[in-house]
Amino acid sequence: MTEGAKAADGEAAPVRVGLLVTCLVDLFRPNVGFAAVKLLEDAGCTVEVPAGQVCCGQPAFNGGDAAAARRIAKQVIRTFAGFDYVVGPSGSCLAMLRNDYPALLADELGWAARAQDLAARSHELMSFLVDVRGVHLRDAAYRGAVTYHDSCAGLRGLGIKAQPRQLLAEVDGLELRELQDAETCCGFGGTFCVKYPDISVRMVSDKIGNIDMTGAGTVLGGDLGCLLNIAGRLRRLGKTTRVFHAAEVLAGMADGPGIGEPEKA
Amino acid sequence: MRAVGPSFGERAAKALADASLQRAIGDLKGGFVAARARAVADFPAFEEMREAGRAIKDHTLANLDFYLERYAAEVERHGGHVHWASDAEEACRIVREICARAGARTVTKGKSMVSEEIGLNAALEADGIEVVETDAGEYIVQLAGEAPSHIVMPTVHKTADEIADLFLDRHRAHGFEARARDAAELIGQVRAVLRGKYFAADVGITGANFLVAENGAGVIVTNEGNGDLTSGLARVHIVTAGIEKVVPTLDDASLLLRLLTRSALGMEATSYTTYSIGPRRDGDIEGPEEYHVVLVDNGRSDMLAGPYRPMLRCIRCAACLNHCPVYLAVGGHAYDAVYPGPMGAVLMPMIGGHEKAEELPHACTLNGRCEQVCPVKIPLPDLLRRLRHDQWEAGFIRGTARWGIAAWSWLATRPALYHRLARVVAAAGGYLGRSRGRFRYLPLASGWTEGRDMPAPQGTTFQAAWAKRRERR
Repeated sequence: MTEGAKAADGEAAPVRVGLLVTCLVDLFRPNVGFAAVKLLEDAGCTVEVPAGQVCCGQPAFNGGDAAAARRIAKQVIRTFAGFDYVVGPSGSCLAMLRNDYPALLADELGWAARAQDLAARSHELMSFLVDVRGVHLRDAAYRGAVTYHDSCAGLRGLGIKAQPRQLLAEVDGLELRELQDAETCCGFGGTFCVKYPDISVRMVSDKIGNIDMTGAGTVLGGDLGCLLNIAGRLRRLGKTTRVFHAAEVLAGMADGPGIGEPEKA
Repeated sequence: MRAVGPSFGERAAKALADASLQRAIGDLKGGFVAARARAVADFPAFEEMREAGRAIKDHTLANLDFYLERYAAEVERHGGHVHWASDAEEACRIVREICARAGARTVTKGKSMVSEEIGLNAALEADGIEVVETDAGEYIVQLAGEAPSHIVMPTVHKTADEIADLFLDRHRAHGFEARARDAAELIGQVRAVLRGKYFAADVGITGANFLVAENGAGVIVTNEGNGDLTSGLARVHIVTAGIEKVVPTLDDASLLLRLLTRSALGMEATSYTTYSIGPRRDGDIEGPEEYHVVLVDNGRSDMLAGPYRPMLRCIRCAACLNHCPVYLAVGGHAYDAVYPGPMGAVLMPMIGGHEKAEELPHACTLNGRCEQVCPVKIPLPDLLRRLRHDQWEAGFIRGTARWGIAAWSWLATRPALYHRLARVVAAAGGYLGRSRGRFRYLPLASGWTEGRDMPAPQGTTFQAAWAKRRERR
């Protein structure tokens, strides 16, 4: 399906990837995890899923508990020791590993270097496929017009903008229509969305107004938090716009119910 | 638990339901955001300038004592007086004493956020002094008995209609009987009312965008020219400024001005850039008889010494407000703070104490747009997060927020237990939710389900499904 393995560096030795599932994908949308596995395997990687992982620690880190965030960071570092790469289907979790772990553990003897080492090996899924593996999709297909929501942490924390678009452009039958105010937050913001629901709902309603304006029948994104927020508001408004993680479309695994859709149509 | 008065959330809910406020803030989104984007696009060196601006500010802050002393010496060499105020109360006392010595009955004021910070108007009015704001926006909020809702555009929360109503009510005394029909007529009324005040003023008070150490100049930018009239026509000119406003040279000020006007208004330059140095000299045709500078600390030295120092780079351009989705949703008054928006959420706990600004660091999605547009690259999201860490340590974060995070962190470090629990939750959620694919209500999650459905989980956790797949292989 892809020619990533060849494109990378021509070596025969398989690349060992530890999949950072992310807690939201684990609990809400395993299909995204399997899509990630498929894309990575197609890109010539051997994928393992360490059972010792739960969460990257963002709730604690952003909620104020730096000490707990450090404990969780150390657990993630231990769990993913030895992999060539750590890859996950979330810009915000991977920004946590890449940007925030080294800062959190900068003053801890022995851990600072390990945090930096993990950060250097960690990549968000789509940027890994494009930037590290040089993947080109061969036979992915999705019928219809889609729009893409750039999640803030991936966009500004990791500079992810071109990679999903490059991959989506290779999906047969898919037409990408850009959002107005594409770089504006959808209002999820982790615990923000339950702490200040009125503001959060206003923000996601604005986002949905822009989604509607594209006329696209599907909205895609790279972070399940934002997608749950957008899908949740779309369903509440009675709209039929479909919501998928971009990985599901790229892996050809968007044939089941979208996020927030019933099992049988 | 909290000080009396509505919470940020309550004020925000009110602001969201205020149709007129929403119309007024709507203009910000389209207007100034687009204008800044154009100005930045027209100036290819903007990113380099941001880095240079950051470097100037960092260098100055690292040597702040040196540059402040140099600046003070220059002001005094030109015949001015420099006063050092450690807090708001001392700053107000110094200004009041200067006004008392000058026998001031009327004081004109240019726009100055530090004067808002120290509560100067109320202090002077308590002494029986008439205080007249001369910036049109500040004049309007003063007339309405309100506080500015934005640090550059104080009246951004008001529509032109509301201002016309206000003037109709309050300008009769000045001979305006008819309701102003457009912005030009509104401004015309402001000019007519203020004209006499400039000449009646005994003391003129301005802020400063920059203080130049090499020659003792105070720099202000305006688009109305009111700053010149305020500083030049009264017998006494008082500059109030935070200690972080000093920059080493005129070249440094010029560079920062180019960043400031583009970031604030999307303009290459403001209509007026005014430099004032000391009182009138022999032979000068105009200028004040006395020139005073009140340098305000009010928490800034503490910031300088700690991890929040980058906040002192702030040049008050308000780009972070204009690009903040939370500010744009609720406006400035919801923050109930002198400085609203992202910069205010960092600054208010520093200058007023964590207690009085407890919620502000949480009124943010950490989306990072503010840092991206900041002309001096202040890592606002990092600083806001750090404030939350400080609050956690100090026990400010309590109740559900605290135990919820603690419980999650406890579970997150016990993977075996967590995965068993997650399996149960996913199975139950999947079973109950699969017919509709979503929940309209969930216990303990009303914050989510008030305005959104909760998409149902797929029924199994990824970890469980992965383990099964591995067995099959």
